[in-house]
Amino acid sequence: MDVFGSFALVLAFVCAVYAFGGGIAAIITRHPLLIKSTRQAGITTCCLIFLATFSLEYLFFSDNFSAAYVVSHSNRDLSTFYKIAALWSGQEGSLLFWSFLLSIYVFSVLLTYRNKNGELMPYVGVVMAGVQIFFLTLNNFIENPFKALAVPGADGLMNYVARADGNGLTPLLQYPEMVIHPPNLYSGYTGFTIPFAFALGALLARYPGEKWIHLTRKWTMIAWMFQSMGILLGAHWAYAVLGWGGYWGWDPVENASLLPWLTGTAFLHSVMMQEKRGMMKVWNVWLVFCTFLLCILGTFLTRSGVVSSVHAFANSKIGNWFVGFMAITVLVCLGAYLKNRDYLASENQLDSIVSRESSFLFNNLILLVACVAVLSGTLFPVFSELLTGNRISVGAPFFNKVNIPLGLLLLFLTGVGPLLAWRKTSTESLKRNFGWPLAMGLVAGVIALVFGFRQFYSWICLILCVFVASTVLLEFYRGAKVIRARSGASFVASAVELTMRNTRRYGGYIVHMGMVFVFIGLAGAAFNRDIQKDMRQGDTMQIGPYNLVLQGFDTKPEKNYTAQRLLVEVLQDNKPTMMLYPEKRRFSTTEENGTMVAIRSTLKEDLYVVYAGTSPDSGLPVLHTYLNPLVKWIWFGGVVVVFGTLVALLPNRRTVLVLSGAQQPAAQPFVPGLTPSATMREGHD
Amino acid sequence: MRKQAKFGVGVFVIVASMGFLAWLGYGESKTYYHTIAELETLKGSAMSQRMRIGGTVAVGSIRHLAGRVDFVLEGEGKTLPISYIGTDPLPDTFIDKSQALVEGHPGPEGRFVAEVVQAKCASKYEAAPGGKGGAAPSPTEPSRM
Repeated sequence: MDVFGSFALVLAFVCAVYAFGGGIAAIITRHPLLIKSTRQAGITTCCLIFLATFSLEYLFFSDNFSAAYVVSHSNRDLSTFYKIAALWSGQEGSLLFWSFLLSIYVFSVLLTYRNKNGELMPYVGVVMAGVQIFFLTLNNFIENPFKALAVPGADGLMNYVARADGNGLTPLLQYPEMVIHPPNLYSGYTGFTIPFAFALGALLARYPGEKWIHLTRKWTMIAWMFQSMGILLGAHWAYAVLGWGGYWGWDPVENASLLPWLTGTAFLHSVMMQEKRGMMKVWNVWLVFCTFLLCILGTFLTRSGVVSSVHAFANSKIGNWFVGFMAITVLVCLGAYLKNRDYLASENQLDSIVSRESSFLFNNLILLVACVAVLSGTLFPVFSELLTGNRISVGAPFFNKVNIPLGLLLLFLTGVGPLLAWRKTSTESLKRNFGWPLAMGLVAGVIALVFGFRQFYSWICLILCVFVASTVLLEFYRGAKVIRARSGASFVASAVELTMRNTRRYGGYIVHMGMVFVFIGLAGAAFNRDIQKDMRQGDTMQIGPYNLVLQGFDTKPEKNYTAQRLLVEVLQDNKPTMMLYPEKRRFSTTEENGTMVAIRSTLKEDLYVVYAGTSPDSGLPVLHTYLNPLVKWIWFGGVVVVFGTLVALLPNRRTVLVLSGAQQPAAQPFVPGLTPSATMREGHD
Repeated sequence: MRKQAKFGVGVFVIVASMGFLAWLGYGESKTYYHTIAELETLKGSAMSQRMRIGGTVAVGSIRHLAGRVDFVLEGEGKTLPISYIGTDPLPDTFIDKSQALVEGHPGPEGRFVAEVVQAKCASKYEAAPGGKGGAAPSPTEPSRM
């Protein structure tokens, strides 16, 4: 199977080169057979990458310990669940997995548009093949996952060998989210290749109008959704496994995943300016280019260890390849832009500072400033060394000082933006749309102050969360009221009908609501508490309303590890509530330790209990307990964001006609399907 | 033009205030990377900076004492005794021969006082052929390739 996989990868490389070279020839000659054959080469490339990936999985499942990658990342006792995940637990497999996920996207795009957009698709195919060639080069020639295990023999020659068993998967990775976090994040990283390919393709082809934006909208949203899920699952993984009570440490790899999310979010908003008003064309194209480059940079940071991080792999030989690829990409993008920049001329100008356009501009500005801050903070060690010779890093205070106010500004715009009218918003409309939400926010703020809320940023966050949630609910309420008056259906049914009539707009509101929940959870961090104590059997530890009693310890042998557990009884307000079992795991194959945190999670707070080892002074087990308010809202918000994105991906129940920007009344409750349109632009808001 | 000017002012205010906050955050958290060998050559104010040092944990050097954990980092043929005084539990990956990063300040008698210890994430460990775990490689058991 290893030979088979290797061979499939080589063939995939050859096909990708043909799809790229033949694609360029097809663009020049416009020969229909050549166009068809390059498309088929693209599809074949993807199928071969699928085969290679499946054969690597087969090596894991057949416990083939003659393959170096399998020896390094698996053993016989490893469960089926983790044998799947072992594929992306190391360098070579991760890069193959990148190619695999990219191929799923490329395959879907090539099939979906095989008989459509004939002018544009050859360009898109060439760009996608170019990206595939880069990753297949790494897969084939630099980090081949099918390398056989070899040791130097007495004669100095390498002998191929097989082991009886492998080294096993490292303990930190043996956690359920390990199976779902990287695929999500990688699906985000790879997914942004599609809007990139369309943007660059459309620019090169001078493809008319905003059609490339319409074509890529759902692909961008899918990638964005995976990226969001990947980031949150990563945060949850860090929270549940690393045992330090937090979920975000501004680690370079975490930052790397946030960067394309920030520009991707900016892009999802600013494309509306182009669709509605023909503005921001240059900006949008560069946002997509930057998002793609940041995805590559993210993969590069994770894989090359260029910035010291707890995540990154040891310095490896792939760094220069990534830098080279990014340099070529920048040059191609710049060349395409300079050649065809007249194609991107704006059709309109900014009319008023209080308008939808201006809120989008500020939204983009804030996301971009956040992106620049996170990027410069992450790469600070690299650039400071280049410029001054001193390698200097910046820590959490740097990132928090900039990003907390930016996040709050963004939250404010989340409430304000969707309700401002295009072009100009009247004072009357401002009062109508924001009067109640603003009042609700301020009332919440006053109540919080009365109850002793003294954390400034959390207090502002609370006011804004109430304000934004009120604006969103008010929008649903007004729209549903109109439908209810006409149909007589229940309020909930009317709200669902309203959503289904304009999925993009109301799906977007649901996403905004999800972000409000995430912010509620983040605001809770200001009130985190923790306590650490050596515990004798029967000892009690108190934190908040909880009393924790150590009832005993036990040892639980499992297939792959032995767990030492503390049996902790939780009493809430002196009533027995539940048992928690924080544990330390000892993995027999790797002789490494792992921690399993025990969490009692409610919407109010998380009781987070860590078995922090044995005290050297007393020889007693150490219990480290954190009380983290509102954390669950972050994960819940994530689920709502994903749900909202899925809603926004659904087709509208009816054809939607909307007024063009000039004629749409200022943020009226909008009932799609009922409003005539002067310019038949696609229905969205 | 007036609208553009208004927008420009908004942009300037946001960018300038963020720049100021970034500068404050930079001052608060900047940490200099040094190797163990470089540490010996530092003088004067450079010694009072917050720094980050990487190395390999010397075998058998980890000693848990009251209120601190002592260990020795090795790198480039030099050694550096470290006292970890932080409250967070040490990571599970922090064991003999693990690669560790410490953050803190140089203390008295050549001992480095660390407030933060990171041990490299397990995903980074690429198994060395013939390394720990698994059966020893056997040249008598040729693979199919």
